[in-house]
Amino acid sequence: MTQRNRFSTGGQIDRSTTHQFVFDGKRYHGHAGDTLASALLANGVRLMGRSFKYHRPRGVLTAGSEEPNALVELRDGDRQEPNTRATTAELYDGLFAKSQNRLGSLRFDLLAINDRLSNFLTAGFYYKTFMWPAAFWEKLYEPVIRHAAGLGSLSLQDDPDVYDKGFLHCDVLIIGAGPAGLSAALTVGRAGADVILADEDFRMGGRLNSETFALGDDSGADWAAAAVAELESLPNVRVMARTTVIGAFDHGIYGAVERVSDHVHTPAEGKPRQILWRIYTQRTILAGGATERPIAFENNDRPGIMLASAMRSYANRFAVTPDQRVAIFTNNDDGHRTAADLHAKGVKIAAVVDVRPDIPRSHDYEVLHGEVIDTKGRLGLTFAEVRLGDGSTRTLECGALGLSGGWNPNVHMTCHQRGRPTWNDTLAAFVPGPDLPAGMCVAGAANGTLSTAGALREGHAAAVSVLDLDTSDVDLPQAEDTPVAIKPFWYVEGCARAWLDQQNDVTVKDVKLSHQEGFRSVEHLKRYTTLGMATDQGKTSNMGGLAIMAELAGKSIPEVGTTIFRPPYTPTAIGAFGGRHRGQDFHPKRLTPSHQWATEQGAVFVEVGNWMRAQWFPRDGETTWRQSVDREVLATRKSVGVCDVTTLGKVDVQGTDAADFLNKIYCNGFAKLAVGKTRYGLMLREDGIAMDDGTAARLAEDHFVVTTTTANALPVYRHMEFVRQCLFPDMDVQLISTTEAWAQYAVAGPNSRSVLEKIVDQDMSNDAFPFMACANITVCGGLRARLFRISFSGELAYEIAVPTAYGDALMRKIMEAGAEFEITPYGTEALGVMRIEKGHAAGNELNGTTSAQNLGMGRMVSKKKDSIGSILSEREGLNRDDDLRQVGIKPVDPEAPVPAGAHLMAMDGPIDAAHDQGYATSACFSPNLGHAIALGFLKNGSERTGERMRLVSPLTQVETEVEIVSAHFIDPEGDRLRA
Amino acid sequence: MHDLKPLTALGGSEPRIERFAHVTIAENDGLALASVAARMGFEAECHGTLKALLGAVPGPGQAILHDPEAGFWMGPDQWMIGAPKDTHELLADNLKVRFADTASITEQSGAWVCFDLIGPGMADVCERLCGVPIRKMVAGDAQRTVIHQLGCFVIRRADADHLRILGPRASAGTLHHALVTAARSTA
Amino acid sequence: MIIHHPLLGPRDAAEFTYMGDAKLIDRPDWQSETAAQEFYEYGYLRDNPAGWHKELWFHEAGDRSWLVVTRNTLTHEISNVELARDVARARGRSK
Repeated sequence: MTQRNRFSTGGQIDRSTTHQFVFDGKRYHGHAGDTLASALLANGVRLMGRSFKYHRPRGVLTAGSEEPNALVELRDGDRQEPNTRATTAELYDGLFAKSQNRLGSLRFDLLAINDRLSNFLTAGFYYKTFMWPAAFWEKLYEPVIRHAAGLGSLSLQDDPDVYDKGFLHCDVLIIGAGPAGLSAALTVGRAGADVILADEDFRMGGRLNSETFALGDDSGADWAAAAVAELESLPNVRVMARTTVIGAFDHGIYGAVERVSDHVHTPAEGKPRQILWRIYTQRTILAGGATERPIAFENNDRPGIMLASAMRSYANRFAVTPDQRVAIFTNNDDGHRTAADLHAKGVKIAAVVDVRPDIPRSHDYEVLHGEVIDTKGRLGLTFAEVRLGDGSTRTLECGALGLSGGWNPNVHMTCHQRGRPTWNDTLAAFVPGPDLPAGMCVAGAANGTLSTAGALREGHAAAVSVLDLDTSDVDLPQAEDTPVAIKPFWYVEGCARAWLDQQNDVTVKDVKLSHQEGFRSVEHLKRYTTLGMATDQGKTSNMGGLAIMAELAGKSIPEVGTTIFRPPYTPTAIGAFGGRHRGQDFHPKRLTPSHQWATEQGAVFVEVGNWMRAQWFPRDGETTWRQSVDREVLATRKSVGVCDVTTLGKVDVQGTDAADFLNKIYCNGFAKLAVGKTRYGLMLREDGIAMDDGTAARLAEDHFVVTTTTANALPVYRHMEFVRQCLFPDMDVQLISTTEAWAQYAVAGPNSRSVLEKIVDQDMSNDAFPFMACANITVCGGLRARLFRISFSGELAYEIAVPTAYGDALMRKIMEAGAEFEITPYGTEALGVMRIEKGHAAGNELNGTTSAQNLGMGRMVSKKKDSIGSILSEREGLNRDDDLRQVGIKPVDPEAPVPAGAHLMAMDGPIDAAHDQGYATSACFSPNLGHAIALGFLKNGSERTGERMRLVSPLTQVETEVEIVSAHFIDPEGDRLRA
Repeated sequence: MHDLKPLTALGGSEPRIERFAHVTIAENDGLALASVAARMGFEAECHGTLKALLGAVPGPGQAILHDPEAGFWMGPDQWMIGAPKDTHELLADNLKVRFADTASITEQSGAWVCFDLIGPGMADVCERLCGVPIRKMVAGDAQRTVIHQLGCFVIRRADADHLRILGPRASAGTLHHALVTAARSTA
Repeated sequence: MIIHHPLLGPRDAAEFTYMGDAKLIDRPDWQSETAAQEFYEYGYLRDNPAGWHKELWFHEAGDRSWLVVTRNTLTHEISNVELARDVARARGRSK
């Protein structure tokens, strides 16, 4: 197929580079510098999609990012991207695209029947129609509607591409590289300030590329190219094409999406498809231009009907005409430019229809005073019906119709901080209001200054003002400076199926109906009719809807007001917001120093607070995790086991007030703890609920090492800093996290001393290093280390720490030294089993709802000192006689399960919340006892040992008869610890 | 003398180096680190010792790139001191002697992984990693910030294109992956 | 948002963790006759103004300073940022 609608000369395309592409299975050719839309038009393709609701044939309306209609599925396979605007998709060789929202072919869409049913599919249709029977909604209506309506389809495969995030700083951010933006950038750039100039288009210049005006001696496009070249040569200017600024956020932070690889078939190795930039700027010049708006009339949505300014873009920038016979419908002078430009390129102008009586005449083509009242052409425009000023009608033969209803300044970004635009009567449009985001000023068409010379002047002036320059004289090129002449005109009287929002298929009739049904607020109108709620956010449609609303309500347009403009300015891929944080990179991983060693042992890992912890170490012949865990538990209790406990949070607390500080953060006392001793500490929140627990080891009079649970390391540290800085600012205490500075291993079991004696360079006897001792020591003949005699398992146990770099070596050394005792590495599951057997509380018990009383540690809360949470822990509600107390739970039948989360009920009576007595928090199979056990909370539990109850979980249909026992299943006297 | 062999933060026996045309990412395994926090009431004495040690007291956001000991500001009245590990394995112990009761010293050698980003593409790589104003930072600027959700120190070194990043050691692999990914992205 | 740290200058709010009303600095005296009532009010009764508000922010990914940030909750305008430690001392807290 030839590019039959391509002019033989002109445009800013590279005719020496031809790209082949496929649309709906057909092969076409275009050039470098084309968009998919311009290339399709060049090939005579006007029909590009089907509408959302009625499946009406649609073509392009615009030549930019505001496009509501020409949405395609771009690329295929896992790179298929739905709802891509053909008007912004840059053509590349091998581009593959499909039209969307059709059943069958684009030309014969079976769902076009919806168009015949349009009387039933008006505003609020879904709300009114599918109310009953209720079950039908989910099972019938919604699936059918979802299938019929909607836009493109997802690939349903993983996106193979990657997205980056990035951070940029500048003095001045300039949004938009049209005449105003370029003029501002030249002034700011030449003055030496750090500038970022961002434009969504791949070719900078804005409307300069689409118009035939001269700037001085150059064409607009050449002037823009020269300006961009100069800016690119300045080291302080960052020129960013293909970059859409999507939002103005607080305090000078802007979001911008750079499309790095969207214009190539496949991103280069390692390169992202897009980058989401976070731009920090002092000042911003918004030069985002304006968007032309259409006029509504009957059947105004046929392929070939488009904005007059888009026609100029296609003609002047892409050397394309949508058809060889074109008509124009306008309410302002700008529409006439399109006729003049196309005529100059040899296109037949059927007529220019202007709603104004006193209109500029032309020698080259016919200019009519009147209105377009209807159109014809099933898959593309063939005729336009015109009602002339005198009441007579005329039929114009044309394959394209350009609409010019005036221009809307792109005020979006000015409103992202709750600013409201103000109405300008001269332009019949909203312009930026007084409440701009801090640091922003607006220049050019975005500010309502629609002439080229005005844009150049304002861009320069904005630059002078943001930099506070004293030069006001500048050599700006001579340029077009025509004032705006417009008669507000939104829709043709008497029309009904006249489209306002072409993407969501909202018509003039829908807006009238919504008014008739009582929707008066513009926000209600929007939601009831869905006007402006599509991916284009109503850039070409909202104003028409507002104008009709105003008319019906007898108000002015500014009285009706606009809906709120929110980021992003144009649709932004979720992938860009996710950046690299996907899959394995979703969040950081923390590896312990023995990770490599554990991997060698075949460990199964579990993620705890980003740490990868060994969960168990399966051995040959073990087919279930329970076999491994049971073996690890039994071996540790029988001889010795080793477990990596590096992950526990560690905080170094130093200073002359260190002990006083611990007295504040722990509910129990620390002042009298001797140097060389460790103590268990329970931390409360100020409301008296347990926050975390751990140990504090006193290494010197003024030096403690505090441990936290793995998961709470960060919040506990934050809390400690709060207490230090905000509550007791004059305490001499210094904090620093040392979690990752030390590799720490628990060596537990009756033979643990024998193992460590081979490693530690000091006397390990019970007298020299008793239970709860701690010390700075050396190991293996001189490496600095720390030793703590603490036990989570209930066995004779130690924790030994060395600088992280030596963790791997120490673990291997421990395994070597323990070989003669058949030392067994154990993971977090065995750790959990042993602590449940011992009755030690952990995260399941310190679950944010339990007090020291509940945990059976009420007596630990010292009343002789001030500590966080001590006062509120005395509240009546936390000290009731029938309060929950930690208990042990064992099944009467040793084979029966005791699931964690199950609730305790009396042996008789109903099973419901009103009769709830408590619940199981942690459960496991105890290989030492030969049956399942659990820890739990029971009302008045400390007085109910021996009682039989039912442990029930209606959700999993478990009901087990259990006996309430002591939470200390193993060695309740603690003899093993002190051995 | 003990026979325990240390591993680098990335888990190797030798530090890793990745070379790209525009930047080199080198794991720096040669640093001994210790934090110094002034004791209340002894701020002046602590400053004096810091000055004697580094030549000056690093202010907020600043590093003193001094040999053999260098240091940077971590927080109010708190600094990190670094020195070559070969000669200063016991840096924390030595500082304890030097500062005596005027400061709290904590060994930090094992807590951090250090990467040196060197090359003309350093700033481009940095811009994909974190929000520090890298192109406005000068030698001796040291900021703590977030890279791939990890709290890191970013220090502009004396050479024009040299950036040092200290990150949490347990996440050395994640941080390295982020750096290499950013380098490929900007190559 | 950008928070102008009194020591470090402008920093992205993403580096901070938010805690809320800076009245949390004014922890009651545990030995007061009415300590229980005062702690109840301290723990549970907070203002949630539409407008200017003094708030606690922790520079978690920075220098680990707690800050008192005076912020307009309607506009996000920030009028003052102080080190919480200085504020605490000024309000008479010691040790």
